[in-house]
Amino acid sequence: MSARPTFSPARLRGMIVKEFIQMRRDRLTLAMTFGIPIMQLLLFGYVVNSDPRHLPAAVLMADNGPQGRTLLEGLKNSTYFDFVREVKTEAEGRSLLTRGQVQFVINIPPNFTHDLLRGDRPAVLVEADATDPLATSGGIASLPAIFDTALQEDFKGPLAYLAPARRSIDVRVHALYNPEALSQYNIVPGLMGVVLTMTMVMITALAITREIERGTMENLLAMPVRPSEVLLGKITPYVIVGYIQVGIILLAAHYLFKVPIHGNLALLLIGAFVFIAATLAMGITFSTMAKNQLQAMQMAMFVFLPSILLSGYLFPFRGMPQWAQVLGEILPITHFLRIARGVMLKGIGFQDIGRELWPIVLFAIVMLTIGIKRYRRTLD
Amino acid sequence: MPDELVIDVRGMTKRFGRRTVVNDIALQVRKGEIYGFLGPNGSGKTTFIRMLCGLLKADAGSGTCLGSDVITGSETIKRQVGYMTQRFSFYEDLSIAENLDFVARMYGLKDRRNAVERSIEGLGLKDRRDQLAGELSGGWKQRMALAACLIHEPRLLLLDEPTAGVDPKARRDFWDQIHDLAARGLTFLITTHYMDEAERCHRLAYISNGNLLVHGTVAEVIDRARLTTWSVTGRDLNDLSRRLRETPGVEQAVAFGTMLHVSGADERALEQAIAPFRMDDYEWKQVRSSLEDVFIHLMQTSKASSAE
Ligand SMILES: Nc1ncnc2c1ncn2[C@@H]1O[C@H](COP(=O)(O)OP(=O)(O)O)[C@@H](O)[C@H]1O
Ligand SMILES: [Mg+2]
Repeated sequence: MSARPTFSPARLRGMIVKEFIQMRRDRLTLAMTFGIPIMQLLLFGYVVNSDPRHLPAAVLMADNGPQGRTLLEGLKNSTYFDFVREVKTEAEGRSLLTRGQVQFVINIPPNFTHDLLRGDRPAVLVEADATDPLATSGGIASLPAIFDTALQEDFKGPLAYLAPARRSIDVRVHALYNPEALSQYNIVPGLMGVVLTMTMVMITALAITREIERGTMENLLAMPVRPSEVLLGKITPYVIVGYIQVGIILLAAHYLFKVPIHGNLALLLIGAFVFIAATLAMGITFSTMAKNQLQAMQMAMFVFLPSILLSGYLFPFRGMPQWAQVLGEILPITHFLRIARGVMLKGIGFQDIGRELWPIVLFAIVMLTIGIKRYRRTLD
Repeated sequence: MPDELVIDVRGMTKRFGRRTVVNDIALQVRKGEIYGFLGPNGSGKTTFIRMLCGLLKADAGSGTCLGSDVITGSETIKRQVGYMTQRFSFYEDLSIAENLDFVARMYGLKDRRNAVERSIEGLGLKDRRDQLAGELSGGWKQRMALAACLIHEPRLLLLDEPTAGVDPKARRDFWDQIHDLAARGLTFLITTHYMDEAERCHRLAYISNGNLLVHGTVAEVIDRARLTTWSVTGRDLNDLSRRLRETPGVEQAVAFGTMLHVSGADERALEQAIAPFRMDDYEWKQVRSSLEDVFIHLMQTSKASSAE
């Protein structure tokens, strides 16, 4: 007899309008929208810009020709490396690395000059202690350029025919101790996922408890509005907040950190939308379960740690134990990181994204369903 | 149909844990009636009202509210009830107009904009329409809350201490408005602590510790209490009232300006009790008990019986 009112788009619009006005007037939301990404970018920017130089290096020089010597001079002239010593054997070099006395061992192979002059692209092996990838990445990235510049001088005159062949040396980096060698390229897209998780979950986790603590819940419950309308109305305005943050991070990635965006930006924005929706759904569901704002915040923290630790943001995903990988696969951020990194760094297409999208969609649906079920229709 | 019952419930019971907060209450309110709901703090008035509009699940009880089943029909009831909560519960960070617009949208009003404008004008809120609700004084908040409760043209209004903290002039205006609305067929259930407001109700009920003790018109409630009251004037009434209170047979001795009201349930015992004080200095007169005398009497006797 008491027909429950059917879902009404008009009422949903009413909820959205109300939440949007409240969001605009809430200083905390505003502070979080801009504060969290800027804070994270500054923290990260500090690390990247420290771009360490004068890193201790050792050289295993097996070549006797003039170009081998040119390389050595070039390395010495670059500010990235300080030569601690020359080693005679590979084992000696490895032991220096292990003991942390050098960060790099550069192997210039026998017959280097000979091969180079024949146009054979000889290989130079660089062994790097990549425990702290940020420390080594600057030096490694600059190596080919250092070699090319050094050889430029030699390739004038009779050897000029070699000059156009840029990258005439094959630099092979062997990163030890941290094979995935995270770099800013890897971190900036990840930062997007972390900032969104932090903000979206924290803001929405407070949504319902705030109504209860301010006493407005009693009025809301007295009106004929459905739980699904309340919850959807409460999260929709924050999609805008999420996109503002994505925008801030993309701008910083492009202008500050020079991270290339190889793929289609639209794909990234689609991925971001689904991810934002999933995080908001999670936050609002916490909100329906929390007794007060403090509890809601604790729940937000409870997902925040695994999001950082198990998603592949800080530690390489493949390097984690099986159980951690399983947990990680459940988290939407894990899939979003793959989308963000894939689109930005590898330029992957829609097919590859689809594989990562559906677990996020599934997560959002499950979360929202739990939230709607948990939403209390009475004050009991 | 003049005697149409808007509220007709019985056996309404609510427990929180092991405490029974509303105990087996029956209530009938007719269409167009202003029904007063009185009782000390914590007696269960708010809880009872919340059960009527489906905000709390009743542990027991049956009946109808606006023709719908009070237990299973709360979604239907909600759409036709205006509930003004004890504590202001609109959005303090929204303006008056925004709050009203939100409410209008929630009830899916057809002609929303006009309804909001009419409501703002009708309550004389036009100058303040863009003011944030949180910045309003108590009286204005109450006006706004009433406007919001009326916007969807409900048939029943449940007002929980609507005039607490409102100045006398605003209270008077408020009650004039309620009588206007009742004359047009709206039904009211109002809780209050003010005696003058209780006397402006068509009928009232007194509830204490979750039990409904009496109900009826003001005159009926007074008669049913079977309380005898004497008034006395004279010098040094303070001293007199102190001594009277210690005398068996006297339940209460309350000062009303330069007069003392002395009441007791047992007429004979009361007469014996005051006999020693009937001297030249004092002028004694038996009077009709006031509503306040009756309520204080009810409060004391129910406290005494629940303490046993
Ligand atoms: N949600 C609740 N949980 C537990 N006890 C409650 C709850 N709501 C009210 N009470 C208790 O029920 C009693 C009646 O409260 P209430 O209905 O608000 O009384 P009144 O409105 O007459 O002042 C009070 O003692 C109050 O503490
Ligand atoms: Mg109350």
